[in-house]
Amino acid sequence: MLEARGLFKSFGAVAAVRGVSFSARNGQITGLLGPNGAGKSTTLRMLYTVLKPDAGDALIDGSSVTADPLAARRAIGVLSHGAGVYNNLTARENIMYFGELHGLGKSDREARAAELIEQLEMQDFADRLAKGFSQGQKLKTALARALVHRPRNVLLDEPTNGLDVMAVRNLRKLLGQLRDAGHCVLFSSHVMQEVEQLCDEVVVIAGGEVVAAGGLAEIRARAGNAQLEDAFVHLMGGEASQGKNGGGAR
Amino acid sequence: MSLRGIWAVFRKEFRENLRDRRTLLSALVFGPVISPVLVAVLVQFLISRTNTQIDQDIPLAVIHAEHAPNLVNYLAARGINIEKVDYDEAAARQAVARQTHNIVLEIPADFGQRLQAGEPAPVVLYSDSSRGFERQGVARVRALISNYGIEIAQLRFLARGIDPISVLPISVQEIDVSTPSGRSVLVLNMMTYLVLLSMLFGGLYLAIDATAGERERGSLEVLLTSPVPREQLIYGKIGAAASYMLVSLVLTVTMFSFAMSFVGLERLGVTANLGPSPAALIVACCAPLILFGSAYLTIISAFAKSYREAQTYLQLVVTIPTMPLIFAGLLGLQTKTSLMFVPFLSQHLLMTTVLRAEPILPLHLLVSVGSTLLYGVILTYLAGRLYRREALLG
Repeated sequence: MLEARGLFKSFGAVAAVRGVSFSARNGQITGLLGPNGAGKSTTLRMLYTVLKPDAGDALIDGSSVTADPLAARRAIGVLSHGAGVYNNLTARENIMYFGELHGLGKSDREARAAELIEQLEMQDFADRLAKGFSQGQKLKTALARALVHRPRNVLLDEPTNGLDVMAVRNLRKLLGQLRDAGHCVLFSSHVMQEVEQLCDEVVVIAGGEVVAAGGLAEIRARAGNAQLEDAFVHLMGGEASQGKNGGGAR
Repeated sequence: MSLRGIWAVFRKEFRENLRDRRTLLSALVFGPVISPVLVAVLVQFLISRTNTQIDQDIPLAVIHAEHAPNLVNYLAARGINIEKVDYDEAAARQAVARQTHNIVLEIPADFGQRLQAGEPAPVVLYSDSSRGFERQGVARVRALISNYGIEIAQLRFLARGIDPISVLPISVQEIDVSTPSGRSVLVLNMMTYLVLLSMLFGGLYLAIDATAGERERGSLEVLLTSPVPREQLIYGKIGAAASYMLVSLVLTVTMFSFAMSFVGLERLGVTANLGPSPAALIVACCAPLILFGSAYLTIISAFAKSYREAQTYLQLVVTIPTMPLIFAGLLGLQTKTSLMFVPFLSQHLLMTTVLRAEPILPLHLLVSVGSTLLYGVILTYLAGRLYRREALLG
């Protein structure tokens, strides 16, 4: 369960996030939808405690990201933008390293790594150095790494970037599994179809503010459009206003 | 506070960099192998140079030797290898500049006349004082010519019934008190410099890889979401860089000890004291610097925007701590307690003391180790503070 409460964040003179509030429930996939530079990444980064909000707070299973970031971190698994993995470690070592950082004992993290390797079908490349991995293999490694400590909440920043169709399908299946297991899944995207196919709830962000939130049907109804894409453009205030909003998210 | 995070990061960085060719080369090969070989080659060169300078005849080109046959015979009889040439002034200058002849002596046509008339008889000596290795030869030729002049003067006084001794009121006796180890200063300075530099280079690539490299690959952000306090992450990385520096230091000193046992340092008059136990003492003197060095390099690379930028910075920055050594060499600084507070310089002075087989004052060792460790701890703490800042993410 994630709860953003009036988050603000500026970089210098650029206000990237201006009072974002929403919640993402367990057993649901919530999509953070918005154009490039809308503040999605900045919002996510505050949720996963890498950035400190200028104002506002976020609760992760009740732990405040500002007051108790360590507790908040224990409750989340993160797939950051670009999914950087350690090239000179094998996939298994990458997973085990994060298991150790999360305080798992040796036998515990070994068992957990084996379990994830099987679950994500990584057997073929689990013990190869990550140097030569394809985007899809890197993504699986990064995802396994994010899940090693069995977090209830999973945050993904543009997870489908640079993936081919098969890898995207795989990811979609996995996120579905996580939802069915009762996890709270939050991911950001600027791709409409992806959000449409995956999400139970959508939070639309533009210019650092939430412009709409709710179920897919709700959003479509509010904008009076049957297509999410049309609804999206409508919510942005028409074609003309696209991209004029600061664009401060890094 | 649990320290498990530091340990986990340390082990991972240590292992990952063990698989990185660049880190491994700089830690295990460049410093530890190349610098002792460099010094060994230099020493061999110096030895061969010294030997030839003592034993060999000095070649001397003489223009118009026929104008002063006695002088030429006098020189030839005293280890000067005469070659008669026919140059004008420009050709003589050119011959020296082009090193076809290193020293050229020109005897003017009126040499014999003026000598007979009792007037000062000039000769012209061409040489290049910027070429260090020829200086001794030039000095020898000059001394021989003036000796020849003195002998003529003495004969003139005798002919006039004056005791030649009376015109030599002062006689200078030179006594060279430089000890064998004193003469080795250049070699020793170079050795300590290379030991310290090679130690720093050992951890350089790991420091870059663990900070700027990690950010560039995009894994830093996820690392920061793990429930480990940020300062522990950087402590682990500093520790890993320090461990590579330690390996590099031990290897370099061992290799120096090994290489120096092969070259004939004694023949240079140098007694570098570098057996197993002095080597161990040198490692012990330098080891406290490792924390300082790795924290220093890690802080700088943590704030570089990219791997390349960090690399550029560090290759410059890595030489800064060794600056005091150069000043020490130029100013001829002597070991004293106040200098033991200066990192790198104190290690250099202690190392030199050990190499010269002189005793180390316990106070000096204590001040050097204590102050250097303190600086290291302060820098490490600062690195931890800095790692909490958001600017880190770039």
